[in-house]
Amino acid sequence: MAEPIIQIRNITKRYPGSPVAAVDDVSLDIMAGEFFVLLGPSGCGKTTLLRMIAGFEIPTSGTILIDGQDMAAVPPNKRPVNMVFQSYAVFPHMSVEQNVGYGLKIAGVRGDEALARVREALELVKLDGLGSRKPDQLSGGQRQRVALARSLVMRPKVLLLDEPLSALDAKLRAQMQFELSDLQDQVGITFVTVTHDQDEALSMAGRIAVMNKGEVAQLASPSDLYEFPANRFVADFVGSVNLFEGKLTLDEPDRAAIDCPGLGKVYLNHGVTGPHGADVWVALRPEKIYLHVPGEGKAIRAAAQDAPDEHNLARGTIKGMSYLGDITLYDIKLDSGAMIRVSRPNLSRHDQEDFTWDDRVSMHWRADSPVVLLS
Amino acid sequence: MALFNRQPIAPLEYTRKLWMRSWLGATLLFLYAPLILLMVFSFNDSKRNVVWKGFTFKYYEKAFANESLVEAMVNSLTIALLATVFSVILGALAGVMLWRFRFPMKSAVEGVMSLPIIVPEICLGVAMLIFFARMDWPTGLPWPLNLSAITIAHITFCFPFVAMVVRSRMASFNREQEEAAKDLGASEWQTFRDILLPHMRPGLIAGALLSFTLSLDDFVITFFTSGPDTITFPVKVYSMVRFSVTPEVNAASTILIILTIVLTAVALKLQGVKGIAETH
Repeated sequence: MAEPIIQIRNITKRYPGSPVAAVDDVSLDIMAGEFFVLLGPSGCGKTTLLRMIAGFEIPTSGTILIDGQDMAAVPPNKRPVNMVFQSYAVFPHMSVEQNVGYGLKIAGVRGDEALARVREALELVKLDGLGSRKPDQLSGGQRQRVALARSLVMRPKVLLLDEPLSALDAKLRAQMQFELSDLQDQVGITFVTVTHDQDEALSMAGRIAVMNKGEVAQLASPSDLYEFPANRFVADFVGSVNLFEGKLTLDEPDRAAIDCPGLGKVYLNHGVTGPHGADVWVALRPEKIYLHVPGEGKAIRAAAQDAPDEHNLARGTIKGMSYLGDITLYDIKLDSGAMIRVSRPNLSRHDQEDFTWDDRVSMHWRADSPVVLLS
Repeated sequence: MALFNRQPIAPLEYTRKLWMRSWLGATLLFLYAPLILLMVFSFNDSKRNVVWKGFTFKYYEKAFANESLVEAMVNSLTIALLATVFSVILGALAGVMLWRFRFPMKSAVEGVMSLPIIVPEICLGVAMLIFFARMDWPTGLPWPLNLSAITIAHITFCFPFVAMVVRSRMASFNREQEEAAKDLGASEWQTFRDILLPHMRPGLIAGALLSFTLSLDDFVITFFTSGPDTITFPVKVYSMVRFSVTPEVNAASTILIILTIVLTAVALKLQGVKGIAETH
């Protein structure tokens, strides 16, 4: 995590005939050896950015430096990066070994060295022994490993991965998330991954750049992104969130209060540095809300004692439930008419029986749980 | 009891339905009975092709002794070979162009290119005749230059077939493979040779087979473009049949059929039947 290996400076990409830029004045640094993820909804420009790093798209303006070298005039086949494609793009007429050895063959690496490096790469992705198979004799997961090995064997400075796990089933995807992280530790190559799947991004990344409409909405570590989102887009895109509009009524270095017509009075145990009376949004994650049956008034007051009376409290009626096994999600209609989502872990085997449809419930949250967003 | 134990016929088990079987049988009968009869009667020891008189190789000997028939056969095979080679090269390039690039008037180019497939052969034949006459195309050249006019005409109607087959084959190509090759360091030419060409190969072989057979048995266009001193197999057979259908014609036809089957089998063997099936 010392030197930036990729420096992206004011990169803009406009496609002819399109009024909006696919990538709009993006600047960011990717450090050597880190696992970097570009996260965003489809059409946010993340794949375009990745393809510009690989050289398959030419930026309209701006510069990309890889290892300090300007890439403007360097074609894809001369760049020190390799890419794992979304479809894996394994060559169907070549065996696994030939696939993995293709880059070496082009580079003029032959004989024992080529053989040894192919073996090593196949071992790295746990495909040893399958070298003579043809791609149509492999499963989807194995094909992806071939694509990985084919790139890793070239010992690139940066490995680019375009939606690497999107074609795998859920179980395999979870397993590959860990394997990719391990692999990255093992080889020490910088990984840059594009994904639209926030779970994937959170579990694998060292740092994540969330992209929206061609711009970087926030660049942060996974936990910062989740716990301290910079704006409503990030709060909403990464994880699920309850958003309420409100006015800032109190803002001091060690406390703040917001009056939300939908949620009620919200108290925070830290300042937010916004102008008094400003329109702000309060973001509250479903798992950070405690759910109580009515009549637990004392318990609530005791629990919520980090806030003044009648702050950080809400009451409502359960309108929807979905039991997901490990947690249960409740959609609750607040007395103000607004809807809020609360998740509750099923700590015992009977927890999901505590509440049912049309139950009256009370909620509270801690004074450090809500996030105040200015945009 | 077996009658009642029968499994009921499932909706998609067409091969177990009686009407389907009769249909299939009738199709095969009408398709192959004439061909088989033709081959059988080439061994018939009779001047007329009506009654079976006994087995003989006589007419094969006669056919091979017929110098002008052999010459026509050699001409036909030479033309077919040349037309195939040129059609495959031109057609493959055209197919790749249509698949790969976007350019102004692309659909017009596509339409014009497939005209030789659509235009009635007789019109194409007359057009060719006029064209070569206007060009004052030299006649009376030594072999094989005397076949040039016919060969050019054959290439004209063969290469669009290759282009179409190659193009539809390329439609199933994953462009990411091309990018992957370049990503691994391959140049444009290396990518074409190592990735595109192997994918195209079944299309090329199918196109070559099409060209070869189309050229080999073409009558109409050849009839119009052949000079006074060049003759091809179909034209020769036609002129022989005008006198009478002798078993000699049967024998020559049988040789042609077997030749075609052998060539097709070799091509399929070279490629693996799977590859050919993939193109369709």
